[in-house]
Amino acid sequence: MSLLELKGVTKRFGAVQVLNGVDFNVEAGSVVGLVGDNGAGKSTLMKTVTGLYAMDDGVIQFNEESMIGIAPGQRRERGIEMIYQDLALAKQRDVASNIFLGREPVKKALGFIPNCVDKAKMDADALKMIERLGARIPSIHRPVGLFSGGQQQTVAIARALTFNPKLVIMDEPTAALAVREVESVLKLIRQLREEGIAVILISHRLNDVMEVTDRIVVLRQGRIEADLRTKKTQMREVVEYIVGAH
Amino acid sequence: MLMDRLSTVERWRRLQFFYDTKLHVRLESLIVLGVLCLTMAILSPFFLSVSNFLNILLATTTIGVLAIAATLILSSAGLDLSLGSVLGFSGVVGAYFCVIMEWPWPMAIIGALGAGALAGYVNGTLITRTRIPAFIVTLGMLGIARGVGLLIAPNGGAIYGLPAPVIYLGQGRPLGIPMPVIILAVVAIVAHYVLSYSRFGHHTLAMGDSEAAARATGIPVEPLRRKLYTLSGLLAGLAGLIFMARVNAGDPTAGYTYELTAITAAIIGGTSLFGGKGSILGAMVGALIMGVLQNGLNLLAVQSYYQQIAIGGVLILAVYIDQLQSAKERKS
Repeated sequence: MSLLELKGVTKRFGAVQVLNGVDFNVEAGSVVGLVGDNGAGKSTLMKTVTGLYAMDDGVIQFNEESMIGIAPGQRRERGIEMIYQDLALAKQRDVASNIFLGREPVKKALGFIPNCVDKAKMDADALKMIERLGARIPSIHRPVGLFSGGQQQTVAIARALTFNPKLVIMDEPTAALAVREVESVLKLIRQLREEGIAVILISHRLNDVMEVTDRIVVLRQGRIEADLRTKKTQMREVVEYIVGAH
Repeated sequence: MLMDRLSTVERWRRLQFFYDTKLHVRLESLIVLGVLCLTMAILSPFFLSVSNFLNILLATTTIGVLAIAATLILSSAGLDLSLGSVLGFSGVVGAYFCVIMEWPWPMAIIGALGAGALAGYVNGTLITRTRIPAFIVTLGMLGIARGVGLLIAPNGGAIYGLPAPVIYLGQGRPLGIPMPVIILAVVAIVAHYVLSYSRFGHHTLAMGDSEAAARATGIPVEPLRRKLYTLSGLLAGLAGLIFMARVNAGDPTAGYTYELTAITAAIIGGTSLFGGKGSILGAMVGALIMGVLQNGLNLLAVQSYYQQIAIGGVLILAVYIDQLQSAKERKS
């Protein structure tokens, strides 16, 4: 039984058929590359997994539980996290507020006022998480909009990892990064696999995908074009599938 | 020499940061309030007196309550232009219940608050369901609420003769402090806690900052927005109740263009028109600035038309400053 199982997932935006019966699965603790041309449906497919888009037809099972009718927040609680291409950060909020967005720990203020956000605990945990990632951030009290692209990326990653996910979806996590930062993201992906956390990596940088994944799934025009073992394939073959020349 | 100047700048920045994050009040707005009070005190011999101070506070209560509503809505990157009209509408409904229907006096309170909340709920539902911009929905409500208020009131005139307990809410002075001031203080403290410390407030500010981020992290954006507009309407209803009690009448023309002053007060207080930043205490400082400005212009016998011009000018200036600051923070 796979951790994540998709069967016949279909999604239409008006007249445009974006996903056309996609079957896709991810084993626990494996790293799967999801590749394809622009507009192949990669991001749409992943947003149906996180619940941001409702699919028109098909089945999504996570940990043997159907995800139909389960809201994005509840899917996060079950262990599905996604790092979005645009990072989806609240840029005027500080590091801790972003990491704990939607899941702020609460306490009783002055002993009787309920539902008060525990900012001290949030800050302490956020700092721990940033340190665990080995990242350097000027100050966790500053709005993340003032940070560099790489630093913002770190905050987005920290948010995805803080609540013990079982599956982390990364949409172009290295697109905006400098070479050294790319290395650390790849290192992180390997580390997640060692900890038994599954990763779906969407990337145009096939070198990265070849380097860290166990499997590579090629999406083309809303369909699965190929499902390859990374060890038994070559970049050339992957590219041929992507452009439909195989 | 250069080092000295740098450290002054740095000290200033730290002070700003402290006021911003710990006290949730913009340092600049406190300075503006101080300078304004000083100017008025020099220009008018009547300004510095306890009775005038209470006058200012009392005159600020209605705008203060509306400014709380404006702050909550603006923080979520929304807009509520119907505040003033809903104030008038709510007062009429409250007065209608207890004067014309002759229902017991608590129905005046329930009527006014209920009418405001209903108008807000309609705003929120239309905005979340139809995706018509808040600007248009609340602009429509500005017309509708005013019109319905005028329709309900006999011949479109004010409804006089409220029961004594209701009037007490506007004119009573327990311990010498006007009731409206007490009500505003309590509401402001609760609202400050809600916006700056509760999860509800955190989610409101996050949604105003980036709706995409709020959605991605599973914050239920539509229900939150509906609650905020309902709350905004409820607060406008409360302002209507206070206003009605103060003047002893449900006046359908009450609160005309008050939304302008309330939104201005909120923005002066450090709330961003573009969402993601908001402070209730700041809005109270903003409301006081507007109150002192109006009071001072009155004391100096400046024609009221100039007050309108001053409020409009201050609004544009405040948004311009906010825009400069937001641009700095939003660049990624």
